[in-house]
Amino acid sequence: MHQHSRTDPYADRYADRAAGMVASEIRALFAVASRPEVVSLAGGMPNIAALPLDVIGGMLDELTRRRGAEALQYASAQGDPELRARICEVMALEGVHGSPDDVIVTVGSQQALDLLTRIFVDPGDVVLAEAPSYVGALGTFAMYQADVVHVPLDSEGLVPAALRETLERLRREGRRVKFLYTVPTFQNPAGVTLTAARRAELLDICAAHGVLVIEDNPYGLLGFDGEPMRALRADDPDHVIYLGSFSKTFAPGFRIGWALAPHAVRAKLVLAAESAILSHASFSQFAVREYLMTQPWHQQIKSFREMYRERRDAMLDALESMMPAGCTWTRPAGGFFVWLTLPEGLDAKAMAPRAIADRVAYVPGTGFYADGQGRRNMRLSYCYPEPDRIREGVRRLASVVEREIELRDTFGTGRAPERSGVDTPGPDTA
Amino acid sequence: MADLRTPELGHIVVLAGGLSYEREVSLRSGRRVADALRSLDLDVEIRDADATLLDALQAAPPDAVLPVLHGSMGEDGAIRDVLDLLDVPYVGAGPQACRIAWDKPTAKSVVRAAGLTTPPSVTLPKEVFHDLGAAALLDRVVSRLDLPLFVKPARGGSALGVSVVREAGDLPAAMVGCFAYGDAALIERYVEGTEIAVSVIERDGEPVALPAVEIVPAGELYDYTARYDAGDTEFVTPARISDEAARQAADAAVTAHRALGLRDLSRTDLIVDAVGRVNFLEVNVAPGMTETSLFPRAVTAAGLDLGRTLRDLIARRRFP
Repeated sequence: MHQHSRTDPYADRYADRAAGMVASEIRALFAVASRPEVVSLAGGMPNIAALPLDVIGGMLDELTRRRGAEALQYASAQGDPELRARICEVMALEGVHGSPDDVIVTVGSQQALDLLTRIFVDPGDVVLAEAPSYVGALGTFAMYQADVVHVPLDSEGLVPAALRETLERLRREGRRVKFLYTVPTFQNPAGVTLTAARRAELLDICAAHGVLVIEDNPYGLLGFDGEPMRALRADDPDHVIYLGSFSKTFAPGFRIGWALAPHAVRAKLVLAAESAILSHASFSQFAVREYLMTQPWHQQIKSFREMYRERRDAMLDALESMMPAGCTWTRPAGGFFVWLTLPEGLDAKAMAPRAIADRVAYVPGTGFYADGQGRRNMRLSYCYPEPDRIREGVRRLASVVEREIELRDTFGTGRAPERSGVDTPGPDTA
Repeated sequence: MADLRTPELGHIVVLAGGLSYEREVSLRSGRRVADALRSLDLDVEIRDADATLLDALQAAPPDAVLPVLHGSMGEDGAIRDVLDLLDVPYVGAGPQACRIAWDKPTAKSVVRAAGLTTPPSVTLPKEVFHDLGAAALLDRVVSRLDLPLFVKPARGGSALGVSVVREAGDLPAAMVGCFAYGDAALIERYVEGTEIAVSVIERDGEPVALPAVEIVPAGELYDYTARYDAGDTEFVTPARISDEAARQAADAAVTAHRALGLRDLSRTDLIVDAVGRVNFLEVNVAPGMTETSLFPRAVTAAGLDLGRTLRDLIARRRFP
């Protein structure tokens, strides 16, 4: 009698949308990347060690004693009204003027993205995203079986002419475009920022084609030079849904993000949120509200900016002095990430195990595209390691790339056979 | 084997993790093994192989160590050399046997000398391609071994860096993929057939083969994703092979275990080809113990319990 079994006995019962959810071997390598021996330029974890943890501890203690009965109770799916009012004050720093009524608090901005895709996207609908785009968004779009069409970006952000051409082509093909998803400021993973001129152009093109814009802006207040960039939402309240987050400006552990949406959309989002989570984490909302009301948060953001600027400088200086000829990279004016392009014929995904063996980690570029692009690219983050570690990491990386160029020259290709699966690290990877 | 009472085994350390590419798999193996032993009320601690290990082992020497470190250090003999230096008893092969088994081409020649069939192959380091030129060398490899070919790192596990090559033009990319995981590549003639794994455990010092587990990957290759994630790899126990092939496979696994000087437990990967001949591919001295792994499936297929089986192996090292 032969016994048949599978690695997963439920393999043939999953919904179609779950069938492709598989982690690749590269993802498993990140188990090594988070060891202290490895310089990880892979993760996107904010450096919350810079927060005054004892002060926050006192604040939470006081909150529990004073308002515990409310803070530990069920709450509405739209979120605490007082917090929503504070969120509007935060958005005002980027020129956005919205009503607390049109804000919904979400479990990080990731949940806002999930809810928006849930209410707007049927399987096969087109979603436009930058090339490259935020991996968490691509995961959500894949989950709802959207057809992601990428629009290229360059050092000035998304290319308007390419957006226009793409929309015209899709219109000719009779495809339904549900929205454009964009991270216009200090983009993840590319580190670039959409210029003011292009912002206006993007809004005009989308208005002309009746395309909704989802502006995801978690890094907007973490600019290194001058005043915050004016948000897209500031200039087109009717066609732009704005997503924000306290994960980078305060702490991701509270999981507080939000969406500011036109009234009718907001109403649907609240119903969708009720079906997803019933009620928000009241305690987290009270904590963030308390933080905004009692702590010098502007000052804290300023010190985050200074810390990240020093790390960005360390990375750019190290890349400049150490990387082999033929490598190019972006120069972010804020946020967490540098996007590096390897010389022709190299494959950042194939190279990843060799980098791990040399005790340096990055995220291969393929994870940031829905269509297999990005093999020559990698995302390097400077948010978490100290400047000395960043320099050491880049030194190790440069040596790996040099040997990779040699391998390419030997075999006439630097590319390995394609492997499937999710090959970006989880959010808890430093 | 006597059913020893648990307190007599003392403090057992399961070594898992490490810095190899198989860290994640090893951590999963370690948790599974520790749970199985703890369910027998044994005193078990999971420890990573990191900078704190030596101090910890010296400060409070365990009564026995069960290494489930995969990949280099775990399987190349190094960690066992260290345990020998510390005079800590451990389950599994000693360092010298590990070194031979870990190096796939060496293991192939040892088992071939012991009478087993193993596909023809050539092992070449990266430098040779660099120094002599890859194109001509790869042409020669193809004409000598014939397509299809199987390319894998000469040392390593979990099918990381492996490819099946059916067109000569795909060989350079397969080499690049392979060299991502090591500096030498084993290029082997790919044998089509039924892929099986035969686990071996020692009972009273004698290696015994457990029922063969047949592997039916959903795609062409039983690669890393198929092994640990995909969910659509199918396992059949006992394998759907003839009684004669099953007997030969069991003999082959025991022969490999003996010829390589292994101890306590091992897993041998084999292919039964179209004419029923059993081909040796490689052997594992620290087989995977995750919820999807082959060794625990074989233990179950034999009507045994994983925890008790490992406990008996530990007892043998603890009270030689």
